[in-house]
Amino acid sequence: MSAPRPREPLAVRLLLIGLAFAAIALFLVIPLAAVFVEAFRHGAGAWLAAVSEPDARHALKLTLLVAAIAVPVNAAFGLAAGWALGKFRFPGRNLVLTLIDLPFAVSPIVAGLVFVLAFGRSSLLGGWLAGHGIEVVFAVPGIVLATVFVTFPFVARELVPLMQSQGTDEEEAARVLGAGFFTTFLRVTLPNVKWALLYGIVLCTARAVGEFGAVSVVSGHIRGATNTLPLHVEALYNEYAFQGAFAAASLLTLVALAAMLAKAFLSRHAGEEAP
Amino acid sequence: MTLHGRRLFRSAGAFAAVVALLFSLHSSSGHAAGVPPDVEILNASYDPTRELYRDVNAAFTKGYRERTGTSVTIRMSHGGSGKQARAVLDGLQADVVTLALAYDIDVLADRGLVKPGWQTRLPHNSTPYTSTIVFLVRPGNPKKILDWTDLARPGISVVTPNPKTSGGARWNYLAAWGAALKAGKKEAEARELVAGLFRNVAVLDTGARGSTTTFVQRGLGDVLLAWENEAHLALAETGKGRVEIVVPKTSILAEPPVSIVDAVVDRRGTRAVAEAYLRFLYSPEGQQLAAKHHYRPRVPEAAAKAGRAFPAVATFTVDDLFGGWRAAQKKHFDDGGIFDSFFVNR
Amino acid sequence: MKTARVTPSLLPGFGPALGVTLLGLSLVVLAPLAVLLATSLRGSPGAFLAAVTTPRVVAALRLSFLLSLGAAAVSALLGLLLGWVLVRYRFPGRRFLDALIDLPFALPTAVAGITLTTLYAPNGWLGAPLARLGIPVAFTPLGIGVALVFLGLPFTVRTLQPVLASLDAEVEDAAASLGASRLETVRRVLLPELLPSFLTGATLAFARGLGEYGSVVFISGNMPMKTEIAPLLVMTKLEQYDMAGATALATVLLVASFLLLLLLNRLEAWAAGGGR
Repeated sequence: MSAPRPREPLAVRLLLIGLAFAAIALFLVIPLAAVFVEAFRHGAGAWLAAVSEPDARHALKLTLLVAAIAVPVNAAFGLAAGWALGKFRFPGRNLVLTLIDLPFAVSPIVAGLVFVLAFGRSSLLGGWLAGHGIEVVFAVPGIVLATVFVTFPFVARELVPLMQSQGTDEEEAARVLGAGFFTTFLRVTLPNVKWALLYGIVLCTARAVGEFGAVSVVSGHIRGATNTLPLHVEALYNEYAFQGAFAAASLLTLVALAAMLAKAFLSRHAGEEAP
Repeated sequence: MTLHGRRLFRSAGAFAAVVALLFSLHSSSGHAAGVPPDVEILNASYDPTRELYRDVNAAFTKGYRERTGTSVTIRMSHGGSGKQARAVLDGLQADVVTLALAYDIDVLADRGLVKPGWQTRLPHNSTPYTSTIVFLVRPGNPKKILDWTDLARPGISVVTPNPKTSGGARWNYLAAWGAALKAGKKEAEARELVAGLFRNVAVLDTGARGSTTTFVQRGLGDVLLAWENEAHLALAETGKGRVEIVVPKTSILAEPPVSIVDAVVDRRGTRAVAEAYLRFLYSPEGQQLAAKHHYRPRVPEAAAKAGRAFPAVATFTVDDLFGGWRAAQKKHFDDGGIFDSFFVNR
Repeated sequence: MKTARVTPSLLPGFGPALGVTLLGLSLVVLAPLAVLLATSLRGSPGAFLAAVTTPRVVAALRLSFLLSLGAAAVSALLGLLLGWVLVRYRFPGRRFLDALIDLPFALPTAVAGITLTTLYAPNGWLGAPLARLGIPVAFTPLGIGVALVFLGLPFTVRTLQPVLASLDAEVEDAAASLGASRLETVRRVLLPELLPSFLTGATLAFARGLGEYGSVVFISGNMPMKTEIAPLLVMTKLEQYDMAGATALATVLLVASFLLLLLLNRLEAWAAGGGR
């Protein structure tokens, strides 16, 4: 990509670039640096001790487990939505699209609350489940549900517009040549959207790993059982274990940085998929 | 690229495996390496008891295994007292609750989770240890905050958690109110004092821990109203010379009660362990641990054994001055109560 | 949409794919939200109204709306600056800055919350100098605003960037050759083109900010009537056994989210039409 010809005087350009650097330093670089400074305040040994302590290890495992369920579920859903909404026109399509976006705009607290209402002991369903010894809220299934909810739109939002803009010509050609549905989907559609799919998965993973508000409502905060890593950060923060809290936070920040790198890499490729 | 696609479908199989894993993890969640425990119970507690129960759990587990051969794992959940009671109402499978005030267990009793009359099942109103409310101030007490009336002075910045969500904060509030009554003031004057106190509040965190953090780590406010045990912990954590404790002449006898949750222990078959666990709190060892963490033990000797001296405070109880927790809750803290009026009219 | 029937009909798999989509949508999103609506409507409309018009609830809603709106505006202006600089200029470190923009989206909100609080507290790296200037940030509405600007930044920048990149430079040159000053060109030619995506980005930031909890709750101070945001009040009401109040307020937030999404749809359609 060649650089566009700048049209502003050099002084204006330098001023704007300077302002951009200042804004990014203030809003993004300093907070990022602060996480690691606080995490390593008492040295690498203390950091290692904080992240390898059993509750932290369990929190990390639970967080990864929740992401390992929520992300494939939402990826599968995103592909289905991409096919149905990207390749076809039908009445009510816009409404479905808006509803898919809804979890993005709903407050995480409201997201958590709805699952407590639906599955809490005081609800009909929750009472029945409790009678059969099945725990949903304040247990792992509730955390998974809340996470699936908040990360619901991310893959679909990437795939639907792309699959729509790619149209159906290639798939129709494959059909005419005698390919079945699965062959068409696997050999034509999927390769065409693979970067966008991965891109959506990266966004979805980042949010699933980091979700706090919704999970906080449904978790019950049982140490070593239902505390995810973000909740573990909060618990440590509330115990004067600041260094430990930031050590755990630094793990989450590393995940975030990895997601950002992957996103920067993928968005270059995703751009190539647009027709 | 079919390889990629096929892998995607294979991941559906992996997903099923993960779901299976989820349920297995749920039933055997997170045991430290070694022998799986025979019994696991959950203690839902309020914020400042983290350090206390860390020690209590270790001591109880050890003693119980030696006595009965049964390994017990005790899981902890900490949060604001009201929030914890709410979670138990909504299905948190806590075998025992160790909360900040009796009202939060009364709520569980009202919904049939705890048997009525729960407070008479264990000695001392089911309260194995007590505490009181003290002030944490800046070094040298620059604002000369010595008693409750000082908190309502103009120019004093007070930090306390929100009485709506924090049990400790409700004790703070009633301590200020009751101290005024005890000093011979009339109801209206007590109300004015507490209103003045809350006019001076700079930050109203949701829980006791959040307030301590705000005061100690963030450097906000001239005085923090805190549980005595929490104040000592803050002192120990921050090191000498950064904060000081001021004990008012009169304060409230804060009684944080404990109970088993009958509905849960009966379903899970954990009643025996849960009862033994709570009774352990009354044992000499349990009392000594309570004293060690600056809770006032019911057995006075335990304080000396733990090497703790508790300053004398003239105390009053909620029953003495407020007609019990239910009445206090309704009059002061429910929506439309006196506490709300402080905020709406300003 | 011109045709009311499903098009095209040559491709298979519409039924199953739509079935999976609707089933997932219903189970994960619609059924739980329906439970919320049903619960909050179980009481009388009068009780619902009373629950959402108490002074404290009104204050929390007003605070959440105004702060999110203000923060969205600041995010959008910063987004315009950052987007412009990142798209139009070439300078060392540009790629790095560009990748950093996503930090607030990728960083878990709890981490953002404790970090911003640590930074802006009266004894923090940024809070201490600001406090000396008499500008307290943490535990004031300003602190909430800072957290919300942080949160909104990726949305505004990422919405504006592609539009900035696709602007036709020829038009600017034409305007310049017709004697328009640079400032005039920017104002008369560029800004109208950017307006739809500027508003879309701001609305996205607003929608996120309105419901945000994790990054705000640590820094807000939580004073009723002063720094208590609406999502926190939902939590608070839940914790004090006021289920009716919590669900009523949650319903208001939910309806607001839905209306914002409809607005976003209109804005996106407008942007797709080139701002006309």
